[in-house]
Amino acid sequence: MGFPDRIERTVELAHPPAAVWAALTTAEGLGAWFGDEAMIDLRPGGAAQLRCAGGYMVDMRVERVAEPRVFGFTWQLHELPEDDPRRTYVEFTLEPAGAGTRLTVVETGFAQLPEDACRKAYDGHTEGWSRELGELAGYLDAS
Amino acid sequence: MRPDIEAIAEQVFTALADPTRRAILATLAAEGPATATDLAARLPVTRQAIARHLVLLAEAGLVTAEPGERRRVRYRLRSAPMRVAQQFLAALARDWDGPLEALKDHLDRSARVLATTPPRETRGHHG
Repeated sequence: MGFPDRIERTVELAHPPAAVWAALTTAEGLGAWFGDEAMIDLRPGGAAQLRCAGGYMVDMRVERVAEPRVFGFTWQLHELPEDDPRRTYVEFTLEPAGAGTRLTVVETGFAQLPEDACRKAYDGHTEGWSRELGELAGYLDAS
Repeated sequence: MRPDIEAIAEQVFTALADPTRRAILATLAAEGPATATDLAARLPVTRQAIARHLVLLAEAGLVTAEPGERRRVRYRLRSAPMRVAQQFLAALARDWDGPLEALKDHLDRSARVLATTPPRETRGHHG
């Protein structure tokens, strides 16, 4: 497969799951290592936001909260336009390993393509700006 | 995963591998639809060479031909395949190694602070 859909990393941390959990799921923790500042509403469906160096912001949506073992969220890829509906899913799994924690992060969804984008990527009709501008003109004329 | 995603991305990267085609796509992106003659006037390439590249780009679905003024064909950039290629690049650009190192450092720092300060002050790590 040439198109990577899934990224996985495992690290051994010399700290108990509770400490790792706090670093992953609190605004204070996330703001200390993942971004410069963070906010998080820690419940499935809750919003989270990460502000990184340079003022760049990432919006996340909390998806899975199973303290202290699994924390999952979805977020947008910043390479894509803001109105792009695609999100990748990131899941952290914490396993006790001796006095420390084995932390696995899996991010999936890089190869996803919504139905309409797939169709648009193939068929050759030339709509877009000219049509939208026409609609705007029509709207302005009517009002 | 649909097998065609990779085919679309490949066509985008093939198109972008050639400097003239990059220049054509960049011009269409920056200035909107144009004829082969318009493009030849802007780029240091003959109209014939531009026409050949436009045929290839149209076959790959990266531009579409549409009727323009005086029955000249105008070419318009299609962004959908570019978004597919962006998704591929996004996977390559995703860096988890850096953040996980930062997490490790953060935990080590916090543990040191916990070990060296009285309990009432254990919140203090900087940044």
